[in-house]
Amino acid sequence: MMEVVDNSYPGFQFSNFARNENLVAKGFPMPNSRKTGTTIAGIVFKDGVVLGADTRATEGDIIADKNCSKIHYLQPNMYCCGAGTAADLEMTTQLMASQLELHRLNTGRQVPVVAANRMLKQMLFRYQGYIGAALVLGGVDKHDSHIYSIHPHGSTDRLPYTTMGSGSLAAMSVFESRWKPNMEAKEAKQLVRDAIAGGVFNDLGSGSNIDLCIITKDGATMIRPYDVANVKGQRQGKYEYKRGTTEVLSTTVRPIQIVAETVKKVTVEEMDTA
Amino acid sequence: MASAAVAGHSNMKSSHLASLTPQWMNSEVLTGTSIMAVEFDGGVVVGADSRTSMGTYVSNRVTDKLTRVTDRIYCCRSGSAADTQAIADIVSSHMEILEVKLGEPPLVQVAANTFKEICYNYRDMLMAGIIVAGWDKSKGGQVYTIPLGGMMVRQPIAIGGSGSTYVWGHIDAAYQPNMNQEETVDFVRKTLTLALTRDGSSGGVVRVAVITKDGVDRRVFLHNELPEFYQG
Repeated sequence: MMEVVDNSYPGFQFSNFARNENLVAKGFPMPNSRKTGTTIAGIVFKDGVVLGADTRATEGDIIADKNCSKIHYLQPNMYCCGAGTAADLEMTTQLMASQLELHRLNTGRQVPVVAANRMLKQMLFRYQGYIGAALVLGGVDKHDSHIYSIHPHGSTDRLPYTTMGSGSLAAMSVFESRWKPNMEAKEAKQLVRDAIAGGVFNDLGSGSNIDLCIITKDGATMIRPYDVANVKGQRQGKYEYKRGTTEVLSTTVRPIQIVAETVKKVTVEEMDTA
Repeated sequence: MASAAVAGHSNMKSSHLASLTPQWMNSEVLTGTSIMAVEFDGGVVVGADSRTSMGTYVSNRVTDKLTRVTDRIYCCRSGSAADTQAIADIVSSHMEILEVKLGEPPLVQVAANTFKEICYNYRDMLMAGIIVAGWDKSKGGQVYTIPLGGMMVRQPIAIGGSGSTYVWGHIDAAYQPNMNQEETVDFVRKTLTLALTRDGSSGGVVRVAVITKDGVDRRVFLHNELPEFYQG
């Protein structure tokens, strides 16, 4: 018997949980949600912050999107890289962007990065980890340059460099060996590019291109793609067969026979105007 | 509870990629931790390690677990990072409002009670072990410990976190009441070093804060500044 889903209250619905468990047990696999396997990273450098991300979105074992954008806009002085469930990330960052814009209009000034951090952590904590969004938030405001790592359960850490996602270990090893305080822009961009490349090449959940976003007190620059690390190979040969490769044994032609023809006039009905 | 919910969530994955995704990706962020606080005449000394773990991965090796509640009240956080950060933010905001209403800084006991109210009433949904410590003009330096179930008790010395199990014996043997400030800092530094070197979930640097009527003096002890013990 089918159960009617009660949609009268907002938030997550768990009424189908028992049914889904039963189906899985009987051999019907759960549909895979689209996840961003991902390598994302952010660092603080002399003039601001650099955020980086790969561009692969996976649905189970298949690559659903070879060039998705994981660096999301929040404010002119703040961007957010996201790892986790793609839908959750899109919705969360868009919601935050609109909340932050309202905040900016309300207060009449540039939104400080701590405000975005607070709002994100309070929302994710409220949902107790069910929103699968792991974020690297970066921005520059009048006080300082900030990088925050935000976990799905709502804990945040303010750090000079951080990585998230399935490729985070590969990226973090690059940072741990080469990050120094007060790097120049060129060096900083190269470092983030190398860290993401570590994830792209050594993690199956990350791949394709590397996007970068540089934020300074003068504004933000999105470079998409910064590096096309995986170029599709050129096809080496032609794989077509010439006519006559397969021998034709016999040919039979059966034309379509028209049995009858009728003409029906189409009456144009006047539009109903009340 | 939060960790059970995470386990249920991971049923969604049934592909090869799921087995390649490391275990720590599905774990909640915990502060493995060694924390402690000691009263002395004139204030308190609070101390903590700096490791935040997600399963076996250290997600932050320079965490600050000594969180400001008010200018003269700090709390040491252990357990779930998300839960303790959220609770500390709530209590801190309550204390700020209270300070405006009272016209003076709130008492340590009030802050500790506020922590306790949240930790006790939501005990089934939280995983938070907190030590509240600070200085106020009515009772001087005070330490209140609030372990997992939400009980609150004042103690001259309190330890907490997974690393504390290794040093109960040490504090029983080595703690002397009526130490001065520098002796207390040294005692905290030694105790945390012992805990940190034996507990896998604790590590990094040792952070210490001394809270007196004059303010808060924060210190960091890096690896080379920690005392050396028997390494066998």
